Amino acid sequence: MARFLQYLLSGLSAGSLYSLVALGLVLIYRSTRVLNFAHADMATVGTFIAFSMVTSGMPFWLSLLAAIVAGATVAVIFYFGALVPAQRKGANHLGQVILTLGLALILQGLTVYQWGAEPDRFPFPLSDTKVWQVGPVFVSELAVGTLAAAAFASLVLYLVTQKTRLGLAMRATSENLQAAQTLGIPTRAVLAFAWGVAAALAVVAGVFLAPVLMLDPFFMLDAMFKGLAAAVLGGLNSLPGAVLGGLILGVAESLGGAYVSLEFKTSLAFILIVVVLLARPEGLLGKEFQERV
Amino acid sequence: MDLVENYREELRFARKPLGRSLLVLLLLALAVLPWWCPSGWLARASMVCLLAIGVIGQNLLIGYSGLISFGQAGFLAIGAYAFGHLRIAGVPFPVALLAAGVAAGLAGYLVGFPSLRLKGPYLAIATLGFGTATYQIFANVEWLSGGRAGLSIPPLQPPFGIARDTWVYLLYYVIFLVFTGAAYNLVSSYVGRALVAVRDSDIAAESMGVNLSRTKLLAFFISSFYTGVSGALMAQYLGHLEPQAFNISESMNFFVAVIVGGLASIEGSIFGAAFVVLVPALLGSLRWAVPVLFGTAILSVLIFEPLGLAGMWLKTRLYFRLWPFR
Repeated sequence: MARFLQYLLSGLSAGSLYSLVALGLVLIYRSTRVLNFAHADMATVGTFIAFSMVTSGMPFWLSLLAAIVAGATVAVIFYFGALVPAQRKGANHLGQVILTLGLALILQGLTVYQWGAEPDRFPFPLSDTKVWQVGPVFVSELAVGTLAAAAFASLVLYLVTQKTRLGLAMRATSENLQAAQTLGIPTRAVLAFAWGVAAALAVVAGVFLAPVLMLDPFFMLDAMFKGLAAAVLGGLNSLPGAVLGGLILGVAESLGGAYVSLEFKTSLAFILIVVVLLARPEGLLGKEFQERV
Repeated sequence: MDLVENYREELRFARKPLGRSLLVLLLLALAVLPWWCPSGWLARASMVCLLAIGVIGQNLLIGYSGLISFGQAGFLAIGAYAFGHLRIAGVPFPVALLAAGVAAGLAGYLVGFPSLRLKGPYLAIATLGFGTATYQIFANVEWLSGGRAGLSIPPLQPPFGIARDTWVYLLYYVIFLVFTGAAYNLVSSYVGRALVAVRDSDIAAESMGVNLSRTKLLAFFISSFYTGVSGALMAQYLGHLEPQAFNISESMNFFVAVIVGGLASIEGSIFGAAFVVLVPALLGSLRWAVPVLFGTAILSVLIFEPLGLAGMWLKTRLYFRLWPFR
């Protein structure tokens, strides 16, 4: 039982990071109908900026803040500099998805150029070797920090989307773009904001994932696939679904790795994707897609 | 463009005598490539030939039928390993090549089933899952991948005492021509037109009598057959197989080639394959610049020239058609 709880906890901690990645992907998909394949690389750039600042002696909170702002800036620049011109040229959904692939490649190359391809250790203020015993379970400082950060970020996102005028504008824009424009909502700015917030969430996930893995230009790739799987599981257009999907995936992975097979722990996400897409393509909390002929 | 008066003219590849003779000259120049180009570039030319087959396959899927696949590396790996195991078992080259194509094609047929229900981003995620799962299966199952040592494939024995790289190039060139010709015929046949119709509006196509599920499955089968053959040729070219050669970045390469070359264009696929092989070769030691250049190429193609290199080629031809008079 203690073992089960221990794995449950580590699953929740990993799953909360998947949730953050999935939240960003869902936010972008909901508002612009684009599947963002550059999510991992936007997060990687932000994390590397935090890494540079922390190693040059800046306080951690300042570095985190700067990284978040940097990641969001990259996303907003991409939205205005590439996505909007391509939409003016009449690029279809496939073209817009491919644009994000182009961004991913560019960021990848620049990251390798600036920080090198060798793995680095991220000097993190919270350690994963300092543990407390709560009942039968050992809780590390890092796991608590991760869960707290993820919960805080999700809460802020919830408050912004549900309780503010800006959130109302975001929901209106994702519901019906033309109607929102007619009502005088500056949809371009709202969509750019959605991209920025999504990138910020990804950077938070990246910074908290960096001490667990080694920091290299491709360290977020796996987490992005897990985030995609979580988003599909929860429903690609549902924000609560993304959180739920991430937590379920994290726990399932952790328990599967403990009790079934460690080797195929990473394949689980993909098996999950295929099963969900075949059985219920709209996901757990998503709405049924309907097409008008 | 000049007027096309009947279907037979539409099917003809080069319509004017000048175009036809230039095409023949180009094909001949490429056929005698081993005798006038340095050997390092000869190897790259073989690489372009084998990659072009896979890129044409990918373009038949993305460009012509509008189905997204991020799992090309998976089909490539299936083709390569099927070919490798058959060759080690002593099967002759042509039979192993066809078998590799059929193996990948059947895998594509199976992956195609979700495509009947899924659209757009969902299909992209499902195929991405397939590609990564295939990679992990090959990385984890030792009897498939040959364990740590990898899989060594017996080299080709050139006849008549020609040098091996010359023979490899000539063989690949002929195979490339056969597959390119087949693709040209395919896209102007009933099947090709059906693929385009399904891409533009599947409901309209179905009401015009196109069998939707059969066409989509066929598109997946043909595309992955091409990719499998490309993988087999790659296996023979490398001589040594490791699962790392078939990770997600290989799928990205195919994507870059299709987009930069031009969607829904066979000659565009060939340009794209050449781009993907030659740009890293020209950049040499600046390895970080390769993805940056690929990404910039994708962005600028989609923003400035949605038809890619094929579109630029078309515009150049149109310009020279009336050349001295404008």
